[in-house]
Amino acid sequence: MSEAVDRQFELQDVHYHYHDVAALRGITLSISAGERIALLGANGSGKSTLLRILDALYFPTSGRVAFDGKELIEERFREDAFAFDFRRRVGLVFQNPDVQLFNPTVVDELAFGPLQLRWPKGQIRERIEECLDAFGIRHLRDRPPHRLSGGEKKRVAIASVLILDPAVLLLDEPTSALDPRAQSQMIDFLTESRGRTVITATHDLGIVEDIATRCVVLEDGQVAADGAPATIVQDHTLLRRTGLLHEHRHLHPDGSLHSHPHLHGHHQH
Amino acid sequence: MSPGLEHRQRGFVERTLASLLETMEHTLLAERVAERTGMLQVRDARVKVIALLVLVIAVSVSHDLRVIAVTFALALTLGWASKIRLVELMKHAWWGTLVFSAAIVAPAIVMTPGRTILRLQFGTITEQGLRAAGYLLARVGTVITLCSVLVLTTSWARILRALRALRVPVVFVVILGMTYRYIFVLLQTAHDIFESRRSRRVGPSSASQNRWAAVAAAGVLMSKTLELSGEIYLAMQSRGFRGEVYLLDDPPMRGPDWLTLAGVAGVAVGIVWISQ
Repeated sequence: MSEAVDRQFELQDVHYHYHDVAALRGITLSISAGERIALLGANGSGKSTLLRILDALYFPTSGRVAFDGKELIEERFREDAFAFDFRRRVGLVFQNPDVQLFNPTVVDELAFGPLQLRWPKGQIRERIEECLDAFGIRHLRDRPPHRLSGGEKKRVAIASVLILDPAVLLLDEPTSALDPRAQSQMIDFLTESRGRTVITATHDLGIVEDIATRCVVLEDGQVAADGAPATIVQDHTLLRRTGLLHEHRHLHPDGSLHSHPHLHGHHQH
Repeated sequence: MSPGLEHRQRGFVERTLASLLETMEHTLLAERVAERTGMLQVRDARVKVIALLVLVIAVSVSHDLRVIAVTFALALTLGWASKIRLVELMKHAWWGTLVFSAAIVAPAIVMTPGRTILRLQFGTITEQGLRAAGYLLARVGTVITLCSVLVLTTSWARILRALRALRVPVVFVVILGMTYRYIFVLLQTAHDIFESRRSRRVGPSSASQNRWAAVAAAGVLMSKTLELSGEIYLAMQSRGFRGEVYLLDDPPMRGPDWLTLAGVAGVAVGIVWISQ
């Protein structure tokens, strides 16, 4: 495989503005097929915007984004063939599952993507049955989204994207607002999800080494660091500067006040 | 504070929200009833929607109180066979509707000219007036019971899909489905806004404070709705939406469904024939 094809995403000096507010400021990044990347950054650092740029929901104000060597520009998405191929190969799981679960039942939710991509209905039914079993959601099949728990909603949201078997999975804060058990299930899923490119936006440093082989830290819409998770997590200066680490104070049983650096997701004494 | 006193001190908007939440709870109750294994729960939703339509038309054109009463009894029997408790039917259907209908029809009892049955200080009750009121209440009661049996034995998702059997356009069905879906999200948001306001309030609020809170909540809800709709559109686009909507077809109806439909059609024809 040539290097150009192996590099799934290429971003060169990408800027994105929401009206007058700059969300991304000169992002340059290469992402290879099969990489598992954690996109780290405090709230407002540009993680969600970057995921939407990668999913071609937003197009850069300036700069260039390419997927498999083809530049992602709005005009290209007017062609059915390109749009269908891209949407099948790249899937985004939104942070708020209520945004993503807009159909009346779980089965309708799973069917939505394949129906839009004009898959044969027999194949859609087969894939639905496979996904219901694979994600352990068969008992929820006819349930409306407002009767699902937070963890169930996340599972259905991921299943509704993975039913298309995309080569790239983009996840926006997959463990936020989940109870510990659902969080652990989500981490297990991300750990097992091999063979496809997985890009996870998170500020939970506690899960980074479990789910990623590479970390990209964003700060004010720019790449502040790019490296191995173990290196990034140990760099407390970087983490403090980017708002991912702060001093944590708590009372010990003897009444003394103890202060130590606090990593989001777990304590490190 | 006693619940009654608390109720009096709550503002108009909070009371409205409490009612909306109560409606939401009723809907959840309906969804739970629809999951029971009863006679109508196992029937195809298309059969139930068409059967309801046919029976409603038949009852509406019937001029025989006995036939309407038999249809009412049939609706009750179907409800019983579908494991709907009488109290659920009363709460869901009868109470509000029949009281409202009775209030509307009451003047007709004394205002309709005809054979006098009883003279009162403010008017005369006539046989024709009583009969008109009886027909209206019997028809309303029967139709509401039939509708409630359908709604309680079928999830909204299935009812919406069954509308396609009546050639309702797909886009209309999808919009209705999404509206129903997000009413719950927005109701919950509205509830949270007022709960948070109540948790920080000391003592009763004045009318102007309540009005201000209502306007502020409406503004916040509007802004959240716009934000949510933008996000939903992106989520749809991300999964391939390009302006056209598609739905999975329902599986074909089975033998027992066709038999049920034929039976209901027979009953409807019987109602109309006997009434002539």
